[in-house]
Amino acid sequence: MSINERVLSWTEAELGVEGKVLDVVRAPAHVLSVPGKDVDPAAPETVQLAADLIATMRVSPGCVGLAADQVGVSARVFCVDVSTHVKTRTHHGTYVLCNAEVVEASRNEKAREGCMSVPDLTGDVKRASRLKVRGQLPVTGETVEIVTDAFEARCLQHEIDHTNGLLFIDRVAGAHALHQRQTYL
Amino acid sequence: MTIHAITVLGHDRPGIIADTTARLAGLGLNLEDSTMTRLRGHFAMTLLCAGEATTEAIRADLEPIASDGTLTVTVYELPEEQAPAVAGRLFVLSVHGGDRPGIVSTVTAEIAAVGGNITDLTTRLSGELYVVVAELELPADADVAVLEASVKRVTQELGVDATLRPIEADDL
Repeated sequence: MSINERVLSWTEAELGVEGKVLDVVRAPAHVLSVPGKDVDPAAPETVQLAADLIATMRVSPGCVGLAADQVGVSARVFCVDVSTHVKTRTHHGTYVLCNAEVVEASRNEKAREGCMSVPDLTGDVKRASRLKVRGQLPVTGETVEIVTDAFEARCLQHEIDHTNGLLFIDRVAGAHALHQRQTYL
Repeated sequence: MTIHAITVLGHDRPGIIADTTARLAGLGLNLEDSTMTRLRGHFAMTLLCAGEATTEAIRADLEPIASDGTLTVTVYELPEEQAPAVAGRLFVLSVHGGDRPGIVSTVTAEIAAVGGNITDLTTRLSGELYVVVAELELPADADVAVLEASVKRVTQELGVDATLRPIEADDL
């Protein structure tokens, strides 16, 4: 797997602003079900949002990604950091993508996933385990392509779904693929 | 050889399945299709089993399971039935949104209106969030786009969201 060194070397220091921890919105909040708007990656509000998403992700135990609609903002921005997750193979550290889309997807695998915005349920969802995603970095607006696999691929598809107003519930494999969760770690 | 449907409902505790199935095995019954889950913490199980035991004998043998009053057991004989061949196409319908009465009845009425048959259904209430996931079999001549539009219309009226997707089976 070819690592995008630019994305790997990106840190939130490039944002140049302090992130605030925001409340995470839970379903059935309407904002989670509407496609987010395209953003200007260089706009001050986008840069602040990027910092806020990372700050909120950092204080949320087990959180490996957070999309703008999860903090109540209907915009196509999300952050990701799967670097310490046990199921990760390839990863690109911590980063924020704006206006991201899936370019190529293959090798579907089914796995159980949850979401901070649907804290009491989990679902078995089939997602590509090989993925190419294109998006823009905040501040500079550089277009980057990320080729990845395994858990980072699943996480990116989950977050891009959020930016399109979709929850994992919209993708569960079947009626017996939805599960009640007793505890949320 | 007869088929019996046995349902066990009530307070969950360890050992219900082990106890029930041991008793059925003791009667020489063969466990066929079954489903068990917890519904808001309640134990809920339906078993189909085949054998020579009579309904009365099964009821008598399962009576101790319900003797403390926390479980209800029913036993009924079922006619022999062959699972119909699937003539149509299979879909998964996901519906989620704020809980309110009528979500399941409204959405399933649209499916029934095009001759669709629900083959599996799970609903979960999680706080204010209500989730329905149904697997459907649609007749070969059903217009999926029309169904999708009608489901979209009624779910919008209910203020909930719906996604209809074909079930994809990967042949490996």
